[in-house]
Amino acid sequence: MPTKIEKDSVTGRETTGHEWDGLKELNTPLPRWWLYLFYATIVFAVVWMILYPALPVTGLHGVTGWTARGAIGPELEAERAKQEPMLARLRAATPAAIAADPELRNFALAGGRIAFANNCAACHGAGGQGAAGGFPTLADDDWLYGGSFEDIHFTITHGVRNGEDPEARGIAMPRFLADGILKPDQVGDVTDYVLSLSGQAADAAAAGRGEALFAENCVACHGEKGEGNREMGAPRLSDQVWLYGGDRASVLRSVSFAHAGVMPAWGKRLDPAIINMLTVYVHALGGGE
Amino acid sequence: MFRFLRDHGIIERNLILMGVLTLITVSIGGLVQIVPLFTIETTIERVEGVRPYTPLELAGRDIYVREGCYVCHSQMVRPFRDEAERYGPYSLAAESMYDHPFQWGSKRTGPDLARLGGKYSDDWHAAHLRSPRAVVPESVMPPYAFLDRPLDIGAIEAKLKAQRTLGTPYTDEMIANARADLEAQASADADASGFASRYARARQGVFDGNPREVTEMDALVAYLQMLGTLVQFRDVTPDQVRQQ
Repeated sequence: MPTKIEKDSVTGRETTGHEWDGLKELNTPLPRWWLYLFYATIVFAVVWMILYPALPVTGLHGVTGWTARGAIGPELEAERAKQEPMLARLRAATPAAIAADPELRNFALAGGRIAFANNCAACHGAGGQGAAGGFPTLADDDWLYGGSFEDIHFTITHGVRNGEDPEARGIAMPRFLADGILKPDQVGDVTDYVLSLSGQAADAAAAGRGEALFAENCVACHGEKGEGNREMGAPRLSDQVWLYGGDRASVLRSVSFAHAGVMPAWGKRLDPAIINMLTVYVHALGGGE
Repeated sequence: MFRFLRDHGIIERNLILMGVLTLITVSIGGLVQIVPLFTIETTIERVEGVRPYTPLELAGRDIYVREGCYVCHSQMVRPFRDEAERYGPYSLAAESMYDHPFQWGSKRTGPDLARLGGKYSDDWHAAHLRSPRAVVPESVMPPYAFLDRPLDIGAIEAKLKAQRTLGTPYTDEMIANARADLEAQASADADASGFASRYARARQGVFDGNPREVTEMDALVAYLQMLGTLVQFRDVTPDQVRQQ
């Protein structure tokens, strides 16, 4: 209880009147501007609750009738309407025609870059550089399913071995060891032959034995000299580009257990205009045919 | 002006008055938090497709919670244009009605995961969880390679029962078949006709690339691949999404 309010001689302010063992406290109220700002925020909150949805009671959702969900629809539509003339042209044109028209090509490359970063970069890398372990590089000219505009467009639209699109690319390579098609030593021989196809160091005797096994089991998809087959998505084995690693252990694992990379069918997720833009963008990454 | 605000000495000297005013203050704070819960049913949209999680997804969800994924990843696409353009349709209350607790999160160090399902392959998820920078060099996510260990499924029936206590409509049949359903979903060739009839739109597969055992990786990838895939937004009408 304030007992004795004094005027402090040093600061000229009043004390609170409390005293504890001879200690006194200056009465320093909040600055007026701060206090009135505080009251203003309370008034603001009340006005806000009247105008906008704040109370979870039907009929008390704000007199303006505004909702975040109500607002986003028209906002998206307005933005879409601005792009629509261009998107309609992109939908109607083939990717090859888009690439030939400077105006469409600029738009497609800019939009394709964004769509690629959002949807494709996680697997194929921010610049299409791919990643070890079955995520193909898109910035080179080594294509599993072809690098023409039509091929890229088809692959993006239908994806690879995804089980959601009947036209998806890719067939399953047999698991030569796991499914008992080849014996362990035969798998080793085939591996040595595969290594020899790309000029890598291999056991010549084993490679010799593996050649016949390769002819019997592998050429249907990978070709007689391991040149690959885009119809099947069978990778070329005679170059230095490896999807799952080109060292002996990696090739041995691939022959034994096979790999079956999966890519979603983007035709089910993205607008046809976006797919055309992505096609042009991927084609321009470095290896388009 | 506001002289009365300085006269709190009256309250401080009157125990009963102080007690009554304290009670009123605490009650207001409590009511503000509790009353909205009475109306929570009105916020759930009448969309189709949302089902209880499969046993494998539920186990994966528990790992998601255990590892604190929600600390860096939200599961909430807010109704803003930039988020809808990047992630897809904004999140509905109905989509997390069987979440106990919900995983909306409050901060994004990584991207939102509410629409993650089906966007990437199982192989990518497994490779990315084992070593994020092997596939995304600029990532700051920690590696979770240790998830390649057997999943503890001993308590799966109890987990479903606990969820039912909290309001998730698991049937007796679902609980009785929990273990079989979990194993069926995690293998590519098991007969899963019963499983498919109990859980619509649940995908069966070897999620971690290792068919020999059911691992924590299987469970987590199965959960991540389900996120955002239950409601078919192409078929949703504005009326279904309207909150009462």
